[in-house]
Amino acid sequence: MAQAVAIIGTGQTECGKRYDVSYPELIYEAVTRAFDDCGLVPDDIEAVVSGSMPPAMEGVANPHLYWADAMGASGKPMIRTATCGSTGMSLAHTCFYHVASGLFDLVLVVGAEKMYEGDPQGTMATVADPFFQRPFLAGAPGIFSLQSNEWAHRYGLEEKRVRMAAAQLSVRNHTDAMLNPYAHIKVKTTVEEVLASRVVAYPVRILDVCPGSDGACALIMASERMVKKLGVKRPAWVRGVGYCGEEAFFGEGDKVAWPSAINAAKGAYKQAAISNPRKELDVAEVYNPFTFQEMLFYECFGFCDFGEACQLVEEGVVMKGGDLPCDPSGGTLCTNPIGATGLQRVAEVALQVTEKAGERQIPGAKTGLAHAMGGLDQFNGVMIISDSLQ
Amino acid sequence: MSGESRILEGYVSLPYRWAMGETTTRFFDELKNKKIMGTKCNKCNRVLIPARSFCSHCFDRIDEWVEVGQEGVLRTWCAVNFSYEGQPKEPPYIIAIVDLDGADVGLPHFVGNVSLDDFEDAAKKVRIGGRVKAVWKEMREGNILDIDYFEPVG
Repeated sequence: MAQAVAIIGTGQTECGKRYDVSYPELIYEAVTRAFDDCGLVPDDIEAVVSGSMPPAMEGVANPHLYWADAMGASGKPMIRTATCGSTGMSLAHTCFYHVASGLFDLVLVVGAEKMYEGDPQGTMATVADPFFQRPFLAGAPGIFSLQSNEWAHRYGLEEKRVRMAAAQLSVRNHTDAMLNPYAHIKVKTTVEEVLASRVVAYPVRILDVCPGSDGACALIMASERMVKKLGVKRPAWVRGVGYCGEEAFFGEGDKVAWPSAINAAKGAYKQAAISNPRKELDVAEVYNPFTFQEMLFYECFGFCDFGEACQLVEEGVVMKGGDLPCDPSGGTLCTNPIGATGLQRVAEVALQVTEKAGERQIPGAKTGLAHAMGGLDQFNGVMIISDSLQ
Repeated sequence: MSGESRILEGYVSLPYRWAMGETTTRFFDELKNKKIMGTKCNKCNRVLIPARSFCSHCFDRIDEWVEVGQEGVLRTWCAVNFSYEGQPKEPPYIIAIVDLDGADVGLPHFVGNVSLDDFEDAAKKVRIGGRVKAVWKEMREGNILDIDYFEPVG
């Protein structure tokens, strides 16, 4: 790394159906909160990174132009990064690259979505090519149900057991979201209710699936020398980043022992000098739009061996109070303004390792993993964040 | 300030003209004749479907055409039971990835001829690892939907 990078300010909006504000007003809300958090003003910022889902989501092309005023971006270098579901993590990485390169010392990054303004599944249908894949792989629940089914079959996991573990994860996320002031879905649920809920893409049920939300998230990243100059008291240091993409055809790659997820984690672990993630990580914000998929990620990230993810749920390892609590924010499962979602994972881990996570704080958390997945199930990005540089 | 926030309703609808290129054009022409064709990379020896003009791994141009089987193994499936704009058919329906005999890339498509009155019953007929075969449309137009669906066999 050319230059060490820290997250020094985070700003999140309340998420849900935000018909009370326009798209730029929603972004202004997140950005002002990020500035309030670190005591800086827009004039301090040297460059701005932003992104969201394909613009069909809100019907405004090149949204970063529309957002410019709300980000205080006029007169500055501005770039848009977009990789579908993983957009938020790609944004965090793009912002990191800006500062790590040594070209900038203070950069603002913004991710947002207003999913109540368009047709989310219709928008996602346009992500697949028009000739071969679009009729079959359109809509997120279908793709992820294909992946989940293959995962359960590969390791001979009994369907009942997988569904039960998934239901427990749904309950955990819904319970934890109650303590997150920014979360969208705040409804208590039970294992029985999850198991009996409506089928969305068999065998996946509505309570195994995330909502579409309106929401925005903003972060401010600073170089080590700027952290010192500003006298930042509790910076959250970026210790490692890893990102990996895959082939354009869904049927070409292995989506179970998933190379992009495995390699993204490996790359980030290497930079952060992590050899035993289960032991060395105190918290993880795993991108979990689907309960089943969260378990697949445990395996790809080395939290357990392949085929053993259900055990982590059954033994409570990934619950609050467990060895490696996952998604104490309530996760993507309860809040999903897609362009912001990956950035929310980063913000939440930054809050955890700086003991600023309020009621959802994991006591003593010092190092955490943030993750997002996207494309047509073909991108994964990971970021390791710590309270110190060592 | 009135405290009110109103909605402006609108619509964005745009026409497109998607160029197929020669390889995809031929792939679709072969479908009209009930043939599923791939192209083989002579470096990695993979048979790629749908047929491509270059290898995704080796980055070499490829033009050796190979017919793959009309039967194969069901890699995975799920039953779509939700609606969205631009959907190809009324839910519920089954989507799947099929590993056709002789191909090294799985093909996304529908599985049909299975009752979806009860998903649990359907799950007994549509098995991962089970054999499926292509069922062709009577009227074929040279697109991926010339294969109507795949049906379980045996």
